[in-house]
Amino acid sequence: MKIVVCVKHVPDATADRTFTEEGRTDRESVDSLLSELDEYAVEQALRIAESDVDAEISYLTVGPDDAKDALRKALAMGGDSATHVSDEDIEGSDAFGTSLVLARAIERLGFDLVLCGMASTDGTMGVVPALLAERLGVPAVTHVEELTVEDGTVTGRREGDSATVRVQGALPAVVSVTDRSGDARYPSFKGIMAAKKKPLETLDLADLGIDAGQVGRAGARSAVDSATRRPPRSKGEIVADDGSGGVGLAAFLTAKKFA
Amino acid sequence: MAEILVLVDHTDGVVRKPTLELLTLARRLGEPSAVFLGRDADSATEALGRYGAHKVYVVDAPEVDELLVTPAVDALTQIAENTGPAAILLPSNPDGKETAARVALRLESGLITDAVDIVAGEGDPVTEQSAFAATYQVTAHVTRGIPVITVKPNAAAPKPAPVTPETEKWDVTFGPASAAAKVLSRSPRERGDRPELTEADVVVSGGRGVNGAENFAVIERVADTLGAAVGASRAAVDAGWYPHSHQVGQTGTQVSPQLYLAAGISGAIQHRAGMQTSKTIVAVNKDQDAPIFELADYGVVGDLFQVLPQLVEEIERRRS
Repeated sequence: MKIVVCVKHVPDATADRTFTEEGRTDRESVDSLLSELDEYAVEQALRIAESDVDAEISYLTVGPDDAKDALRKALAMGGDSATHVSDEDIEGSDAFGTSLVLARAIERLGFDLVLCGMASTDGTMGVVPALLAERLGVPAVTHVEELTVEDGTVTGRREGDSATVRVQGALPAVVSVTDRSGDARYPSFKGIMAAKKKPLETLDLADLGIDAGQVGRAGARSAVDSATRRPPRSKGEIVADDGSGGVGLAAFLTAKKFA
Repeated sequence: MAEILVLVDHTDGVVRKPTLELLTLARRLGEPSAVFLGRDADSATEALGRYGAHKVYVVDAPEVDELLVTPAVDALTQIAENTGPAAILLPSNPDGKETAARVALRLESGLITDAVDIVAGEGDPVTEQSAFAATYQVTAHVTRGIPVITVKPNAAAPKPAPVTPETEKWDVTFGPASAAAKVLSRSPRERGDRPELTEADVVVSGGRGVNGAENFAVIERVADTLGAAVGASRAAVDAGWYPHSHQVGQTGTQVSPQLYLAAGISGAIQHRAGMQTSKTIVAVNKDQDAPIFELADYGVVGDLFQVLPQLVEEIERRRS
């Protein structure tokens, strides 16, 4: 079984992230790393491979040169090979442009299963997996926190706002997993060393037969008008409990008409 | 007036509050038409009309229950192709966002997700979103096709504008089921008397400081006193003290209530990302250096097991 895991190199979510003047994510000001939510997809791929000797895992990312770091991190966790799509014209792509590049690369790689995290930790839209399924014409088993692959199908449990839904798709399929799907492993020293020797291919738009106008800023279907830092919340009243902390809090809530 | 399509989120014909918010926002942009998938449209029509839906397009077919997301995509795309709406609004939950993305792809239109506000622009609607754990406020607009926008719960207070809707049944041509995920089973979550987390005006959450599943009763008592939903931090959920469906945070539910009361929650960035847009934030924590106090409009440095029971007692005393 051929598994392609889509991963993204994102600015560290615990750092103070900023926008550039053009309203795009500033990738210079903070360190980037493999999106935490994608680690869960890597973990699920590795678990499937551990129970299926024929499984072959390849990682795929789209992004500038240093996005290779995300692929190396994934390869250090396990898996076989990686593909990096990099092209100046991709910069500024929205979810449509990104999903087009990913879909063409996935078709080129061949796949039985595409695994993704539920969302990236920077854009947080969570729509790329569905767009991939739409473009590839295969089932989307999305947002699942439990996953089984057997007899040519993938089955998952999905926790919705009001119901738990069990869903199933025939392979080939696209699956996205939540952070509840199982803790991701840490790369071992051996894994980190082995990752350096695993094949990593770099492709550009021409390799995928994509015109520059379909992606990047030229192909984007929405535009940011402004991105402004929210004013810090004005410092509130913080009191130490002297035995009447609850009474004081009740007075505050009453004054605000919450109680 | 321009037609605005609103995808209805409902359970057995009971329209959920975010849909009423969407209808309220849609009226700023044009004349709302509701798109209802499933049975029980009759019981929903009255509620939809009360919030200004002039039309209700009804798609009642077995596929709606049997397949995940794709029936709504087929329905919305075909209705939009026939009616040429000025915008399409959907709720920002996983199903809504995925539906929106696929509809936009098929209509060659742009998409904006997780809007917290929408205003009519000079051309297309202008949205407001929160980014980077709510530290940024972003305004944006769609530059191609029919704007497809998903809106987070609590983006607007639902305001009635009663009309009698015209109902129109639609026969949708559904795409091949082989390219869809099939729904094997749906188990509705047991609903207690408390409001749903995403929809609640007040949320009371407990974290690591609650220190045990049985201690969540303290949090629940405050919630019941304030008519609130109960939330939990990831630490509390991972420890098994409260169900995951109540997790507030970047990867759990993102809430934006009028009041958020955080008890025993330190306020890690992932938690703040899920609650930072709450209108009023109150924190109770033993650690005076907890980052949650940076956000709090009112904070008590103290033991939640002392402070919260006293809070409940005092509120009850004031009421009696």
